[in-house]
Amino acid sequence: MKKDLVVIGGGPAGLAAAVAAREAGVEDLLILERDTRLGGILNQCIHNGFGLHTFGEELTGPEYAARYVEKAKALGIPCSLDTMVAELSAIPCAGPGEAKVAVTALNRQEGLFAIEARAVVLAMGCRERPRGALNIPGSRPGGIYSAGTAQRFVNIEGRMPGRQAVILGSGDIGLIMARRLTLEGARVKLVAELMPYSGGLKRNIVQCLEDFGIPLRLSTTVVEVRGRDRVEAVVVARVDQRGKPIPGTEEEIPCDTLLLSCGLIPENELSESLGAAINPATGGPLVDESLETNQAGVFACGNVLHVHDLVDYVSEEAAQAGRRAAAWLQGGLPRAGRRIAVCAGPGVRYTVPAFVDPARMEERQAVRFRVDNVYREGVLEVAFDGRVVERRRKKVMAPGEMEQIFLKKAHLEQVRELGSVQISVCPN
Amino acid sequence: MEEVQRKELVCIGCPLGCAVTVELSGGQVGKITGNTCPRGAEYARKELTDPRRIVTSVVQVEGGELAVVPVKTLAQIPRAKVMDCVGVLKGIRLQAPVHRGDVVVENVCGTGVDVAATGEVERAR
Repeated sequence: MKKDLVVIGGGPAGLAAAVAAREAGVEDLLILERDTRLGGILNQCIHNGFGLHTFGEELTGPEYAARYVEKAKALGIPCSLDTMVAELSAIPCAGPGEAKVAVTALNRQEGLFAIEARAVVLAMGCRERPRGALNIPGSRPGGIYSAGTAQRFVNIEGRMPGRQAVILGSGDIGLIMARRLTLEGARVKLVAELMPYSGGLKRNIVQCLEDFGIPLRLSTTVVEVRGRDRVEAVVVARVDQRGKPIPGTEEEIPCDTLLLSCGLIPENELSESLGAAINPATGGPLVDESLETNQAGVFACGNVLHVHDLVDYVSEEAAQAGRRAAAWLQGGLPRAGRRIAVCAGPGVRYTVPAFVDPARMEERQAVRFRVDNVYREGVLEVAFDGRVVERRRKKVMAPGEMEQIFLKKAHLEQVRELGSVQISVCPN
Repeated sequence: MEEVQRKELVCIGCPLGCAVTVELSGGQVGKITGNTCPRGAEYARKELTDPRRIVTSVVQVEGGELAVVPVKTLAQIPRAKVMDCVGVLKGIRLQAPVHRGDVVVENVCGTGVDVAATGEVERAR
């Protein structure tokens, strides 16, 4: 089978990319989705607060997803559900206009099959950091779940993971699950956070924890899990500035469930099988202004590119990837030429994109990034080859809230021989 | 003269998270300090006089491809009624199919607010 465009993943990123590509004139495209329905993780995020930027109203996750699923349906975009992509590989010596990527996928109807695609949008999303990556000592009883797994149990399957829970990690999923379990009749005894600040939104701390009197302990971690067949207790301890547990501060908390909400990792095995270069700071592919990876015709967007906190930005970014893939297919995207590096300076963990080519960029290009600490009254600086061109004071910046600035094509074209754009934070 | 009470809360209007202090006397909101913008004062006033929340949960579905369907209150309800609302939802059994927008409970707990499905559950095949 040959396709002009294959979109891998039918969550918010894949849907927005496919819709934008179709609207830009791509007829021959296909979404591949491994779940039995479209919408991705939004289907289990039944709380409200989605879409304030995009639709000007507060939707729940399933409602937000439905808006895009309906758009995709109205545009007649085909999708294969229950279909797992096993491998992506570059087709050697593909000439201009020829298929660039071999997609190997499988499902129950067709078995193993191959698609040759002229362009690909990577939209596989991310997954939760598993227990194995957290090095929590103790036995291996039942009752330890990632927060997202518990969310699926409760919100999709209608089952409870336990009755008395401790949650490690105060990211938004952990906070949302603290409220969810409480509403369903479980007792959440504690949310423990390793860092001295919460990675979650203020609103979630107030409405998910404080509303229900659930304690949040910062600079605290789980140092031991007790129980043989089922969790019987966890031991928490305070940590020092380097994140090491402080001896003598241990406290045993009886519980039957431990939920882990300790960060998300972009899911890039497929991108790597294709040879896409990965940015170690994001765990996602290195992309240019068109969200194109170092593999020609292969674009990335959403949480597979870098983890977002707001789905609105996922949709926006993915629509750009879809438009750029369409332009590429239609010969409207010149080959990458002169590249200006976009770098993370002091105080900034990463930037997306990592390069811009003024000749290829749209009039305005969002650069999204995260800061490495909480900064109050810090100043955001944009420098061209070391010369500061923009300074903006921000009341507060935090690692949990993605920041963005916009680069203007006209501005970049004015500067001759520009080598790098650096974004940094000067503390107050 | 009524005693002046001080209540501290964290504004959720933006990432800044201002620590807002409100003076209360006899249930009346007095001086509000610590906020950096008018939204902070408005939030604090509302939180202390009439805190409200949207409630989202799930309701059991019989004969469906999934066991539960997600639901939400179509407007905010008083915070004090959140647990009662969830209690009512726990007692409900719907029959598949359930469609987005289907009203599941009318006037939940006398709030004047309906609860509706936010997702779809088709009949089991």
